[in-house]
Amino acid sequence: MNTHPTLPEFDYLRPRTLAEASEFLSRHPAEARPFLGGTDVLVRMRDGFLSPRFLVDVKGLDGTNDLRFDSRTGLTLGAAVSMNRVIASAEVRTHYPLLAEACRSVASYPLRTRATVVGNICNASPAGDTIGACLVLEGVLHVHGVHGPREERLGSFFLGPGKTILNAGDIVTSLHLPLPPKACAGVYIKLGRNQLGDLSIVGVTALGHPDSSCRSGYRFRLALASVAPVPLVPAEAEKHLADHPITTESLREAAQLASDACSPIDDVRGSARYRRLMVRNLSAKALRQVWSQLTG
Amino acid sequence: MALHEIHVTINDEPEQVTVPANMTLMRMLREKLALTGTKNGCSAGECGACTVLLNGEPVNSCMVLAVECDGARIVSVEGLASEERLAPVQETILRQGGVQCGFCTPGILISAHALLQRNSNPGEDEIREALVGNLCRCTGYVRIIESVKEAARMQSAAS
Repeated sequence: MNTHPTLPEFDYLRPRTLAEASEFLSRHPAEARPFLGGTDVLVRMRDGFLSPRFLVDVKGLDGTNDLRFDSRTGLTLGAAVSMNRVIASAEVRTHYPLLAEACRSVASYPLRTRATVVGNICNASPAGDTIGACLVLEGVLHVHGVHGPREERLGSFFLGPGKTILNAGDIVTSLHLPLPPKACAGVYIKLGRNQLGDLSIVGVTALGHPDSSCRSGYRFRLALASVAPVPLVPAEAEKHLADHPITTESLREAAQLASDACSPIDDVRGSARYRRLMVRNLSAKALRQVWSQLTG
Repeated sequence: MALHEIHVTINDEPEQVTVPANMTLMRMLREKLALTGTKNGCSAGECGACTVLLNGEPVNSCMVLAVECDGARIVSVEGLASEERLAPVQETILRQGGVQCGFCTPGILISAHALLQRNSNPGEDEIREALVGNLCRCTGYVRIIESVKEAARMQSAAS
């Protein structure tokens, strides 16, 4: 047995323009994949789960290396911007600390030199650590397709494990995060088998902020990792906290609703039952932490 | 499968290499350039034995395609020492007994060296976090961490 299989054969292309890249990808829908940091696709190719004929390197195309903060519109994060660049950005740490925290929870420093937030999103793993932060911060993807550029909301992007609404020829060029809500607080709680570097057994992202349009006076957002076929937003739990006064009891009820919304599976990292219980406990913990930051 | 000709700077030496698209940076270093200090542990970006510097930043070279490195500067473990002397963390890992079988050592040295470049005075938590992607099955890590602490002290005393 070869314990170190090499990568299968493929060809590597580096198109000069987005139009050229989209055109090539659309002409080879089953055979070509856009390529960013490769931290996921190369592992899956090596293990025989994927065998694309072409990897189309989109790093370096228009806008993919931008990391820009605008105090009126928010953050633009190019597709090729590495997680380490996100973590190192003073503007991200000031205005989107939740995103920096989520990036820091991914694998190791050398892997994050290559791994990207947009790659994490496009990979559409339910376990994607940075997806929750982008969901609760209302992320919008800028996509370049054969008919030119368009925008896609992250909230309706995921269809299943590894499946998104992207079509052949589509390239996500950047992620846009609008300005965070005023006076918001957020946390990402990741349960791994060890403290650092592991994939999540369960991940809970929570964000809260004052909102006078809610009966409770606050709006909470939640996103759950590794407990459903897609990164999961438990809408009932969010609604519960918009409609009911925020108390220890209502936070606990919302955490139960979050757990009820999950459809986890048994796998090597944890059982479905364990995951449901951990979603309840960690959602309660995350919501309490956010609430104490909001009121502290 | 098409071959690609790339130009890279490896340990300050310019090199021209012809590589197939599916050759990783790790394999190029080991098989094309005989720089076998870079080790192949897992081929999946998990163990860190293949860590090298790519344009100054540590990467798992098993997770980088050689063809992507056209124009890049690469430093492997062979490039850490100068003619006369070892890099501080190379010296201290020997002194502290942070090497047993030695297989993880090249990757540890690169990760630790990169940490000390970006943070001249790391705390123990920062050292542990920087080395989370470098697995060692012999030492239990304590002496490795001590050697990074000592290298940081040496470095700050020298500057």
